[in-house]
This record gives sequence, structure tokens and C-alpha cells, in this order.
Amino acid sequence: MEPIDIPVAGTKVQTSRVFERDPETVRDEDLREAIWELGREGEWIVQPVPEPYYLAPTKFGRQKKIPLEHTWHHKSCGQCGHIPGYSTSIFWLNRLLGFDYFDPRDQTSCTAWNYYASATSNQAAQAAVAMRNFSAAYETGYYPLIHCGTSFGHYKEVRHELVHDAKLRRQVRAIIEKLGRPFVMPEEIVHYSEWMYAVRKQLSERVQFDLSKITATVHPACHYYKLQSGDAIYDPEIYGGQRTAAVTAVVQELGAQVADYSTWYDCCGFGFRHILVQRDFTRSFATLRKIEVMKQEANPDVVLTHDTGCVTSLDKSQFAAQAHGRNVGVPVMSESQFAALAVGAHPFRVCQLHWHAVDYRPLLHKMGIDVERAWAEFEADVEKIKHGEMEYLTWEHVL
Amino acid sequence: MPSDRYAEVALEEKQRLFDEVKADPRYKTYLYGCYECGICVAACPSARFYDFSPRKIAQTLAREDVELFYEQLNDDVWNCSQCFSCNRCPRQNSPGGLITIMREVAVKNGLRTTKEALAGYTRIIYKIMTTGTQVSPDMLQEDAFPDWGPQVKAVSQNLDVWRRALPPETLHTTGLSWQVEERTMHELYAIWKMTGTLDMIGELDEGLHDIMEEIMDDALEESGLPTE
Repeated sequence: MEPIDIPVAGTKVQTSRVFERDPETVRDEDLREAIWELGREGEWIVQPVPEPYYLAPTKFGRQKKIPLEHTWHHKSCGQCGHIPGYSTSIFWLNRLLGFDYFDPRDQTSCTAWNYYASATSNQAAQAAVAMRNFSAAYETGYYPLIHCGTSFGHYKEVRHELVHDAKLRRQVRAIIEKLGRPFVMPEEIVHYSEWMYAVRKQLSERVQFDLSKITATVHPACHYYKLQSGDAIYDPEIYGGQRTAAVTAVVQELGAQVADYSTWYDCCGFGFRHILVQRDFTRSFATLRKIEVMKQEANPDVVLTHDTGCVTSLDKSQFAAQAHGRNVGVPVMSESQFAALAVGAHPFRVCQLHWHAVDYRPLLHKMGIDVERAWAEFEADVEKIKHGEMEYLTWEHVL
Repeated sequence: MPSDRYAEVALEEKQRLFDEVKADPRYKTYLYGCYECGICVAACPSARFYDFSPRKIAQTLAREDVELFYEQLNDDVWNCSQCFSCNRCPRQNSPGGLITIMREVAVKNGLRTTKEALAGYTRIIYKIMTTGTQVSPDMLQEDAFPDWGPQVKAVSQNLDVWRRALPPETLHTTGLSWQVEERTMHELYAIWKMTGTLDMIGELDEGLHDIMEEIMDDALEESGLPTE
């Protein structure tokens, strides 16, 4: 057969503009070797993941090192500010498992929320704040474990910029050195939900309630897997590796059901500036696109997620929607709180559920937890604090 | 059709701002052109509620349409939710990343529309830049969050005692998310000063800038930390 001469010349380029793409610098690249190489060249100190660590599969197949203990807890402004049971549960689980950890005071917010909401920062400042926190962790000998999804994603953006931009790297190093601190990049940037994934089997061995009748829906946090997505956890056994396994794998391991819903990819509606100054947007998106869809398609007992902003948006947005008779009313919490409840944590002393807006009591009853007794115990604690019989609730009270 | 919404602004000024965005080191990793497939719009929460399109942002920057760029810089960028759902772009653009750069340029240049968009934000900026944590429990007041329901009132009424009923020692605070060492805050001040971040605030809110500068200068003088 004679070849056919296809008369297609293609479209001639009508512009002189060039969009350069360097395969070596695409956003999802694996930066591990580059980080170590820069360490060998003396550009920075690389803090290795301490042993023992867990190897978790990531989006494109590489194994990510997840430290089990000796972790430096990079807390979250939102979690610690208005969902304190979130962080308390993470610490409590560490204590339950007998893991050594460090809860620092030498830590600032990542400031990414401020940046995404108001842009009142710049590239060098963002990187310097990140690296100051990393150096503070290094100086304690503990390894950073990032509680907030936004901090996690943003720090990975910063890491990408510092690896590829020598001028920025030198500028930030000079700032950190002026502060009298070492310039340190952790080998891996690790989110607390990856740690939850790593210890899920140890937790499942300690479950105290039958969770088989509990149905959860999972909202994967945007900044966990949409920013610098290459090293988010993807397990072939969870959604065939087509969605992140964070949260879902833990909940299933604990024995609860995870139900699917069609708007799983959608943002929670937090919006950074919107949650504070245009809350009608947040409220509408959180309820119409997320909670109502979950209710209609899965009717969950609880919504679980792994970021501060998501818990805030999804929990706080339901009150006004409920007042309008909308199909909402599902408690929202982190998987750390849910897992802590499952292995016997106190719902108020540890999980601090009284800071949440949606009624969580039906869920606790269904799990088999005596809510009324637990609340009475907590109120007794509060009375002791009020009357000076106890200054603070301490870990000794809750383990 | 070219935008004529800001006809009173000289083309040279629009071009200057566009060039500032384009010169950002991150620009080349955020824009590779645009297929006009619309996947970013389908994934975008803001596109569902506003006359807003991440596709149009990417298109405008790819075409280098400075008139439309200037309109978007003023009228669109603050609608973005910064969720980066648009990062699912098959061309590997990041419209959200481009908007981040545009916002930063808008702040640095003190655009009137930016000042209006961030008018309700000074408290947050002040909090993060002076304390090192940006959400504090004492912000939870019922007058500020009436639509969050009666739980906000319960928190504000019991705030001090409920914070003390938390096991982690670092959380026994009401004015900060967690207790931050003084030295840590001072190092943050040094970073804001050395990177020009405090100067950016001057373009946005002169009064806020002056208050923060005074706080930071006094603290830095005592601490002995560098400022430049």
C-alpha cells in the first residue's frame, strides 16, 4: 500500500512567546536526591528521618519515610486556637503508644494562611519562616511532624523553591544565619495524617468499641494532596490508589465503614479570606457541595478530615444551614480525634468535642460511649479549676 | 473585546504591574500556556459562586493581555479560594499560584481595590506578624461569629477555664494558639524586617504599619537581633 500524503502542515505559531518547561523542575518531582546533594555540597544540613520509620507508598510509587517517634510537633494555629482537641488527640495517641515526642514553644505559625488570604508576605519571608521552624526542630534533635494541611503543602512549595532557586536559597540562608541558627532542610516533609497512616495497625489492636455500624465520609484536604502532590500517601488498597489513602485507610483499619460521595474532590469552602470576611461563600459551599451531598448519598454518622480549615468550614457552616431546614447535621472532626475516641480517649478531656458546633452526641452514643458520664467528669474538672483545687488539667488526668 | 473598565489607568502602568508579576521567579513554574479545557473551572469553588474563572486568568497571562490582566488584578483575584483544586490542569498550570503572585503584586503596589478587599483583615495581619500565631481562642466571640451558633458563646464564656482544661501545657493560652517563646517572636520580627514584609504593610495600611514597626523596633533593639 502506498503511503498517503496527508496535507496537514499544522498550525503556525502566531506568537513569539515561549512557555518554557523544564522536566527537572515540574512541581511534582521527587526532590529527595536533590536535597541530599545540596547537603553534600554544604548548602544546608539535611535532617534525616529518625529510626524507626515506616515506609508508605506515594502517588507515583516511591516509598516515603514516616517517623514513628522522636517527632517535633509543628502545631497548627487553627487546631490549637479553636479545635484544641485535634492536637491534643495527636499528642495523646503518641503517649498511648509510648512514643517519645516534643511539643515546642519555639515555633511560629507557618503564616501560609496569612499569605493565601492577604498576600501580605513574600517568597523570602515565607521560606525564612519555614526554615526557622525547621532549624528550631533540628536543634532539639526531634523531627518535624506538621499538623496542618496548609503548612504541609506550603512548606513543600517552599522546599521546591529553595531547591531550584540558588539566589533565594542563599538569601534565606543568610537570614537564618543572622538569627544564629543552622540552615536545615528535613529529609521528608511529613504530615500528621501520614503518621496516623503509619500507626494504624497499632491503633486497631487497641480499639475498644465495635465501629462496624459507624459510617464515615472522608474529606481529603486540598492542601494535603493538591499542592506538591507527588509525596502524598496513595495506597493501592485504598480506592485502587486513585485517591489519597490518608484518613480513609486509618478509619477502615479501625473497623468503621467509609462511604463514598460524588463531590469528594471539592474544596471544603474555607477560602482563607472567605471564612472570615465572606462567610456566605464558605457556608454555601461547605453545606451545598459537601455536607448535603454526603447526607444524600451516604448518610454518614461523622465527617472526618485532616486539616484545620476543613474541620472549621464543615463544622461551623452547618448551624445557619440547619436554621433554614437544609439537609445537614453531621458531626465533623479529625481522624486523630475519631481514632482517639475509638481506642478509649475521653471525649472531653482529650478530644475536647465541646469546642465543636454540630451535635456529636448521637455519634458517641452509637459508638457505645457514655456521653453524659463523660461530660459530668469534665464539668467536675472545670469546677476544680474554677475553685483553685486544680490549676490545669494534666496528662496524668487523662491517661 | 479589550477591557475598558480601567481606561483611566495608563497602559504603561498596567504593563509595569504585569511585568512585575511575570518577573516573579515562580511564574515560569505556574504557567505553561492553556488548553482552554476548563477542568480548572469545573474544580474551582469560586467559579460556582462568583463571576470568576481560573481559566481566564491563565489565558489572560498566556496572551499577555495587559488590559484584561489589570481588570483581573483589581476585580477577580480576591475571589480565589486558594484551594489549588485548579492544579489538576492537564497542562500543569497553577492558576491559583498565578493568583498568589498577582495578589502579592497588588499588595506591594497598594492598589485601591486591594485595600478595600483587605480592609477586614488588619486584625489577622497584626496578630500573625506580632505574635507568631494567627488564630487565637479569644477571637471566638459571638458578635464576630453569629452564624456559627450558640457554641461560640459557650466557648467565649468558658474560655479561660476551658483552655486550662487542656492537657498540653503549650495550649494554656487565650491570646495565642499556643505559647510562643519571646525569642521566637523576636526572630519572626527580624524576618519580617529583613525580607521587606513590614514595608509591604505600609502600602496597605500606614497606621497598622507604624504600630507594628514600633513594636518590632523596640523588641529588636532589646533582643540584639539584626534588622537588615
